[in-house]
Amino acid sequence: MRDSIPLYVDAGILTLKIGVVGIVLALLTGLVCAIVQQLRIPVLRQIFGFYIELSRNTPLIVQLVFLYYGLPKAGLTLSSEMCAMVGLAFLGGSYMAEAYRSGFESIEPIQADSARALGMKPVQVMGKVLLPQAFAVAVPALTANVIFLIKEVSVVSVIALPDLVFVAKDQIGSDYNTQESLLLLVSAYLVILLPISLVARALERRVRFATYGD
Amino acid sequence: MEIDFSQGFQLLFQGRNFARMMLGLWVSVRIALVAMILSIVLGTLVGIAMRSTRSWLRAIMRVYLEFIRIMPPLVLLFLVYFDLTRLSDLNPALPNINLSGETAAIIVFTLWGTAEMGDLVRGSIGSVPRHQYESARALGMSGGEVYRYVVIPQAVRRLVPLTVNLTTRMIKTTSLVSLIGVVEILKVAEQIIDASRFEFPDASLGIYGIVFVIYFIVCYIISSYARHLERKWALA
Repeated sequence: MRDSIPLYVDAGILTLKIGVVGIVLALLTGLVCAIVQQLRIPVLRQIFGFYIELSRNTPLIVQLVFLYYGLPKAGLTLSSEMCAMVGLAFLGGSYMAEAYRSGFESIEPIQADSARALGMKPVQVMGKVLLPQAFAVAVPALTANVIFLIKEVSVVSVIALPDLVFVAKDQIGSDYNTQESLLLLVSAYLVILLPISLVARALERRVRFATYGD
Repeated sequence: MEIDFSQGFQLLFQGRNFARMMLGLWVSVRIALVAMILSIVLGTLVGIAMRSTRSWLRAIMRVYLEFIRIMPPLVLLFLVYFDLTRLSDLNPALPNINLSGETAAIIVFTLWGTAEMGDLVRGSIGSVPRHQYESARALGMSGGEVYRYVVIPQAVRRLVPLTVNLTTRMIKTTSLVSLIGVVEILKVAEQIIDASRFEFPDASLGIYGIVFVIYFIVCYIISSYARHLERKWALA
């Protein structure tokens, strides 16, 4: 067992690396989508709306094989790591957008009107009044998405990335030490996800005080 | 960059390819449906157990839910598919378990769905405001009548759209079963592409594109229906 632990550590680091980059990209994609939807920008709004539906209603594994095995035939080749990050951002963006949207919806329209009446420019209304409040309300949904997305990284072995699942499957195949491999696989995910889920819960408690009302 | 889906389409309509893809889709949908039906039944029981006054029962349910929530579904699939078989191999006292990929998948998705469903049931019973129970009691209803006429109808209205949504998540997640050797739509697509690698070298763009679209259509229809139900019942 001692020999194979370094393999899982490396795989865990890869899983986290893809997860972190993918999640940051997803948070940005989601924010852009939600702002576009909130400001009702024509055309862009329809495009982003279609993207959200497409991304929410297809599994990551299908998105990944399309990116990795399909797109090169159209002349666009990405490395498997890039594919995994882009795929995660594509999937996560829509989930994050929905989380921000629920945040925006919780704000009374009168707040934007009042801010405008005070002479604020649209950018200021968004940046100083709407976004901070929307963000605070969205935090529980955003952190739930973060955990969901790190779990989704488990799929990237289909595009030949040596993540935790890949290493476990490889070990089962080569040494038949099934129990040990699965134990290490489960432990690795507990080590990664338990702290994140605890931090998420602490964060939720903190922002509850930042939200207006209740 | 020129996007050319034509090879994929030509290949798709060659021989029985399209029918095979549809059969593959049916495998995923079948796993999701069986697991969903079991999850609804077991999840309702788990949801009620989560609201139990016995704290040890609530604690067990909590651990179960947290474990399922934290583990990626793919890891759960590996655990059941590889470990259950292996365990029965090593221990002669246990009956010989030889799970097919599909049975393993149904077990995993039922475990997963039951946890999710349990939480939804718990949430929707809890969302019926306290004063509704009290008013019903004040009107002279018995405990059973309060549940039958006041709590359950309101809880079900909240629960049904969420359950329909869970079904789309279930269908999306069943796409993972190709990784434990179940021949579903993604695996069929791969087989079709591999078999005609020389005749249609660029078919993967079109074929994987079609799988993408098929998943989208199936899940979009179900999730739009969930949204429709949510709107309809939110007003009532």
